[in-house]
Amino acid sequence: MTITEHDQDTTNDTDEPSLEASGRGQGTLPEWVRWAVAAASLAVGGLLVAFLWKVNIPFTVIVGALIYVVAIYLISRTVESQRHAVDRVVTGVVTTMFLLSLIPLISLVVTVVTKGAERFDAQFFTYSMRGVLGEGGGAYHAIMGTLVITGVTTLISVPIGIFAAIYLVEYGNKNAISRALTFFVDVMTGIPSIVAGLFAVALFTLFLGPGTRMGIIGAVALTVLMIPVVVKSTEEMLRLVPNELREASYALGVPKWLTISKVVLPTAIAGIATGVTLAIARVIGETAPLLVTVGTTDSTNLNPFDGRMQTLPVYAYYSYATPGIPREPYFARMWAAALTLMLIVMALNVIARLISKYFAPKTGR
Amino acid sequence: MSKQIDVKDLNIYYGDFLAVQDVSTTIAPRSITALIGPSGCGKSTFLRALNRMHEVIPGAKVKGSVELDGQDMYGRGVDPVLVRRKVGMVFQKPNPFPTMSIKENVLAGVKLNNKRIKKSEAEELVESSLKGANLWNEVKDRLDKPGSGLSGGQQQRLCIARTIAVKPEVVLMDEPCSALDPISTLAVEDLMAELKNDYTIVIVTHNMQQAARVSDKTGFFNIEGTGKPGKLVEYDETSKIFNNPSEKATEDYISGRFG
Repeated sequence: MTITEHDQDTTNDTDEPSLEASGRGQGTLPEWVRWAVAAASLAVGGLLVAFLWKVNIPFTVIVGALIYVVAIYLISRTVESQRHAVDRVVTGVVTTMFLLSLIPLISLVVTVVTKGAERFDAQFFTYSMRGVLGEGGGAYHAIMGTLVITGVTTLISVPIGIFAAIYLVEYGNKNAISRALTFFVDVMTGIPSIVAGLFAVALFTLFLGPGTRMGIIGAVALTVLMIPVVVKSTEEMLRLVPNELREASYALGVPKWLTISKVVLPTAIAGIATGVTLAIARVIGETAPLLVTVGTTDSTNLNPFDGRMQTLPVYAYYSYATPGIPREPYFARMWAAALTLMLIVMALNVIARLISKYFAPKTGR
Repeated sequence: MSKQIDVKDLNIYYGDFLAVQDVSTTIAPRSITALIGPSGCGKSTFLRALNRMHEVIPGAKVKGSVELDGQDMYGRGVDPVLVRRKVGMVFQKPNPFPTMSIKENVLAGVKLNNKRIKKSEAEELVESSLKGANLWNEVKDRLDKPGSGLSGGQQQRLCIARTIAVKPEVVLMDEPCSALDPISTLAVEDLMAELKNDYTIVIVTHNMQQAARVSDKTGFFNIEGTGKPGKLVEYDETSKIFNNPSEKATEDYISGRFG
């Protein structure tokens, strides 16, 4: 081993002050060895699992990883040293956990894409389910309903959330009100979504009587879920704005409200917009609160103040829970709806990234 | 343009804690006054009290009076925002607004206050302020580039340009060179010498050579111990403070025996 290679190590063995390789062995394992060991371990693990039970990818990864960790430890300890061996074991364990966390994600994406592709056609996006039994039909009414209800939710939640966060950061000074607000925001972040739905139902029952179903009720339910997310993310972004900027603005004789609106908010706008977009993504897939507040319908209804509306999550749920006969077209539409919803959420995430890229304060010469 | 500051029996508190006790002094117009003293002795707090910036910190309050050419800036009905338009401040760390270009940074005092300004006037103001801050030649070709792309010393001079663009009477500087290298420090010191023709300048510094180089008068703040309030121990001509101080504590401090 050359000295330059060893320069990167900060934890040289203390009992051996020399920079030369120390420990039981004197060499280093070439790079390809761990890949070879990993491949061999996975092969052995796969065969073992298949022999004892059946072909199963997650179990192959787990068993293969166990074999790899033991094998690489022994090999490394013999050839290199104790410290290198431990290093390789930890690397192996961390990588395995990473791969395991990927399995459900990839499995989900593959399932939704392959099954959803069947009905992911023009008719799906242009037809509602009005008068459709069996084949055909689409989710136009559900897509539009989801967009309308989420849009109304955003219009209500974003101003409330952002102004609440401004109060917390700029005016609250940790007084009793702001501490209470922070506490309830934290509690509301964890509130089950059905509770939000029931709250909205109870609220509107007071005004409109029992059994009313309307888009706006669903929007109010989603607002309860969205406001805490917006408050939390905006608050964090506002706290990231350096105090020096506020002081610089005050020192120029700028009043507080102009300092907030023209210095603090523009500096944090990228983060706030990203937070809002992710908050939208968080509520757009909610099913339970919409089930009890908005109901379901087969026709297109774009007016959130007039009667039942269809939304994508509820559409998918009903296609699965109460399919007609034959069931296959209903299931195909359900998967297509799930795929559409996933693509909308993905688009929102891409938009969030673009926003944070283009709105972020520019640096450079 | 330049005004005199009279401080009478000024006590500054953070909550119940007395940070600065019984300061009375007069700061002459068109001069540079340096405030020196060990860390935590209240010199920055005193400086911030001169344009009511300390009020940004919750619980901060003052007793006593600070007069700007005879006008009490702590008087009833005085708007701290208007005080700060007359008494500008430059901070320790250069803090140009990251969302704004160099030009917008200079115009920040005007634009942030929602004032309309003609394009030609704005350009004149940008040029005169940047020239006033000795920065014009370095940035005139990239006025629309972000201010954060400048070097530390240039950023600090940009902040000074931003401060003088609102045409204050007094410029306060809180350790303006402590984050800068010696060459940038020299540039800022030269600038101070020029600015003193038009403005009253008060500077807090930890660098005693700097105080000796640039200032006309020097004030020495000291603190008896932790938890005790800071006091203005001695205030006199800079040459007197550095050559023949009348207080033992001042002599100990400037000769490096403590602090």
